[in-house]
Amino acid sequence: MARTDQTPGIRPRATWGRRLDIAARHSLPAASTILLMLLTDVPFNIPGQSALLPAVTLTSVWFWSLFRPAAMPPPVVFGIGLLLDLLGYLPLGSGVLTLLLVHGIALAWRRFLARQGFALIWLAFIVIAAAAAALVWLLVAVLNFRLVPAGPALFQAAVSAALYPALAIPLAAAHASLANPERA
Amino acid sequence: MIRLSIQARQALAKLTLPVLIVAAFGLMLLGKADTLLAERARTALADALAPIYAALAEPLGSIKATVTEAADLWNLRTENARLRDENERLRRWQSVALALDAENQRLKASLRWIPDPTASFVTARVVADAGGLYAKAVLLSVGPNHGIRKGEIALDERGLVGRVTEVGARTARVLLITDLNSRIPVILETSRGHAILTGTNGPRPRLMYWPEGQPPQEGERVVTSAEANAFPANLPIGTIHYTAGGAAEVEPAALLTRLEVVRIFDYGLTGVAPPEPASAGERLTAAHH
Repeated sequence: MARTDQTPGIRPRATWGRRLDIAARHSLPAASTILLMLLTDVPFNIPGQSALLPAVTLTSVWFWSLFRPAAMPPPVVFGIGLLLDLLGYLPLGSGVLTLLLVHGIALAWRRFLARQGFALIWLAFIVIAAAAAALVWLLVAVLNFRLVPAGPALFQAAVSAALYPALAIPLAAAHASLANPERA
Repeated sequence: MIRLSIQARQALAKLTLPVLIVAAFGLMLLGKADTLLAERARTALADALAPIYAALAEPLGSIKATVTEAADLWNLRTENARLRDENERLRRWQSVALALDAENQRLKASLRWIPDPTASFVTARVVADAGGLYAKAVLLSVGPNHGIRKGEIALDERGLVGRVTEVGARTARVLLITDLNSRIPVILETSRGHAILTGTNGPRPRLMYWPEGQPPQEGERVVTSAEANAFPANLPIGTIHYTAGGAAEVEPAALLTRLEVVRIFDYGLTGVAPPEPASAGERLTAAHH
């Protein structure tokens, strides 16, 4: 692990248990995202439930790309995007492209955004969610050679924006505790 | 592992994202070139997840039942009065129906009418939404050795739900009549005019191509037509409802937003080749080629 050598100092010995702990903390963001995605597909029979899957995925990828990009690297984002395409019945590749772009934007903005307060990050996410919904809508239309109604895209953007605080608070708590490799 | 200089490693790390973005475009092309690929992956994923969803559906269902029961207890009295009223009305209709049925049998007997073959059916639980944002479909959990085939017809206790478009080892996907790609030949029950029912992804599909000079009447019943041999005749679909804009829509009889259990009928129809096995969008392109 090259990463642990970046901070010189006295550390506990790297026993198996400790390595496992660090690995678990590293994989928590990706694992929790996938689990949340599967959870949104459970038949709760909520009207408009199909908007939950893209909303939850987008929020998770945005949050972890912003605050812990080491645990949400591009290949993982690619995999999550593929799962989104398959579970959400989107044309193959549309979710992948959207999430990778969101990841890239989060990386580019993180130096500025990560130091800002919650409200500004939320505001930035609303813009991102609207752009992501528009991009998916465009890709669905282009890949099907057909105009599809824009209503679901608007609805999905609204659900993503509204759901962000509810998801970001537990994610922030996990970020400080469970997903923190330094606390292993 | 190959030892790389720090600069080289950093350069590689910077390259991952652009390379993967290009790969995403490649994936789109692949999805267009081989529509079966995405369908197979989806069916495999659904097959893997369906048992979990089916297991979760039961406790969720019992929670929901408890909640609705509590609500029902509140309006027990008014509900009772309403039901007694309705029962009275239905009893009158039942005697009319029995008389008509007997007359129908007599007439058919004197005409040497060839009876319609009775269809076999299986009943399956709806375990998940299978449409996402841009399609209307549901996923059914069916046991192994279910014998369900593409093109079979799904009904709930009130009316037509849709058609089976994909079949996995233990799941089946039913494209609803409200889906953007759904086209169903129908008959208007009173005028006997033929028309096509077109899904819009909205709650009510739209009626199109009815005979000139015979506009559908508000409230008129719409049933399937045996034309093109894709559906048997006379399955109930819904009733005509005009929008404020003057477009004729059909209010589906089936409870499409609250499907729990559907019956899959095998009418042995082979008139239309089995629907292109793919998700909403991919079927479209197939139609365009």
